[in-house]
Amino acid sequence: MEFETVIGLEIHLELQTRSKLFCSCSTAFGREPNTSCCPVCLGLPGSLPVLNRKAVELAIIAALSLQSEIQKESRFDRKNYYYPDLPKAYQISQYDRPLALGGFIEMKNEGVKRKINLERIHIEEDPGKLMHSGESIFDSDYSLVDYNRAGIPLLEIVTKPDLRSGREARLFLEELRCILLYSGSSDCRMEQGSLRCDANISLRPAGSKTLGTRTEVKNMNSFRAVEMALDYEAGRQAAILSAGGSIIQQTCHWDEGDRKAIPLRGKEGSSDYRYFPEPDLLPLILKSDYIETLAASLPELPSQRRIRLMEEYGLDPADAAILTENRSLGDLFEVAAGEYKDYRNLARWVRGDLLYLLKGNDRNPSEVAPSLLIELLTMLDEGEINRPVAKDLLANIVKNGTNPRELVQQKGLGRIADREKLQPVVEKVLAENKDAVDSIKQGRKKAFAFLVGKVMAATAGRADPEKVQKLLRELIN
Amino acid sequence: MSDDFIREVEHVARLARLSLSSEEKELMADQLSAILETARKVREIDTVGIEPTAHVFSIPAFLREDVIYPSLPVEKVLQNAPKKMKSYFRVPSITVIEEE
Repeated sequence: MEFETVIGLEIHLELQTRSKLFCSCSTAFGREPNTSCCPVCLGLPGSLPVLNRKAVELAIIAALSLQSEIQKESRFDRKNYYYPDLPKAYQISQYDRPLALGGFIEMKNEGVKRKINLERIHIEEDPGKLMHSGESIFDSDYSLVDYNRAGIPLLEIVTKPDLRSGREARLFLEELRCILLYSGSSDCRMEQGSLRCDANISLRPAGSKTLGTRTEVKNMNSFRAVEMALDYEAGRQAAILSAGGSIIQQTCHWDEGDRKAIPLRGKEGSSDYRYFPEPDLLPLILKSDYIETLAASLPELPSQRRIRLMEEYGLDPADAAILTENRSLGDLFEVAAGEYKDYRNLARWVRGDLLYLLKGNDRNPSEVAPSLLIELLTMLDEGEINRPVAKDLLANIVKNGTNPRELVQQKGLGRIADREKLQPVVEKVLAENKDAVDSIKQGRKKAFAFLVGKVMAATAGRADPEKVQKLLRELIN
Repeated sequence: MSDDFIREVEHVARLARLSLSSEEKELMADQLSAILETARKVREIDTVGIEPTAHVFSIPAFLREDVIYPSLPVEKVLQNAPKKMKSYFRVPSITVIEEE
């Protein structure tokens, strides 16, 4: 039987605040265990939560950038469950009155336009972090708890079950990450846990509208892991259903090493969390003019920039996509484009050689002076240097911030076009490659290119290729 | 007390990781039933046309500025911990597969 995969994601993002959601402890990553804790985030008796204004603001900005509708009145609730990562034995979250409803992301999957709808967006506090002893979560006999993370503001984004494959889930997450980075609400670092993703996945016969029994997949630590884990789980479910079996609703834990999703525990139903309104917090009431002010100050979003790059600079979609995805690379391009007008050439260099060199040398685009890049491309355009030399000069710009013009003067890297200088080199190459010369005389063109290459090599890539070809022809005949 | 109600108590006790003796279960079932009876009485009130309220005050939440204040010293944080290791709380591992 042909199955359709149905996937919905729950994404948790750390909001980029300095202090926690309900107390003034620092949110800095990588601090010594339990050094960022106070009576509020430890859930000590008598302490009371006070909501962080910045967290609310960033949550609204994120929701607006995802086209979600901000609710004028939302509410905090207690989600009760007993687990050592929760010092209070409840997590302050939002249940039936979330911060924002709806929203969507538009993206392309293999050229097909897809609109993935969002269910809701809400604010909640992060639980603490558990570290399990033993080889894996399954054979540990004790756990260590660090409450530095407890109380860090999170945004939870829940999608509708609109995703149809592991690949589509990954594409969605990449686009989501890009949007949130542009909005400045989260740094979205999956490796630091500031972006986490759980998935609900089920199968149904192709064409059916009803949802099958779902499983939940957790512990996916990279976008690649999300794709692999969901494809694995879809395969597992398909095998069971094809054999006439049925799916058990359960939570699975993705094991990166074994590339398997392992069932973890019987799923507690939503009612088991015994949500009720948080009596220690008043409702969050937002005025329209406050929301409008934030909406008006929203930075340009990736989808808008992509279009603007194509319209303003005539870039093709692939170039525009790369310069949007990598925001600071796009910024570098745009600053340079203020002076250097061959936009497409600029884009080719920036997203090609420059990006390659940046990655290879672990540098950020913001570390490259646009003026040096402009200088380099201008020298190349005006025939002062050859392409291979330009690549070396670019490497020097990236590694050392060297001015290309100065380096050319210092090391004499300029293009050699003088006949007096080129002729002896060409003559030497001809004398050393008599076989090639004979082949040319017999009409083999390949040998000619070989000789051009030899001259270029002999001049360290500096000879003017056109002059070299002309001289070669002259001297051979 | 009906068996259904005892089962309800057992379920809630499990969620709160409480182990109750059969006498305690009977007692809790009695008390819980009285509480629910009160709630049932409240439900008899006609609330048509009345906005639901989650709070007695209808003022908006107070917001604090995003400023860091010093946290507790780690000795204080761990002061009441029954077990610790380095500067972590140490707790029993809770990852067993649960059957109801």
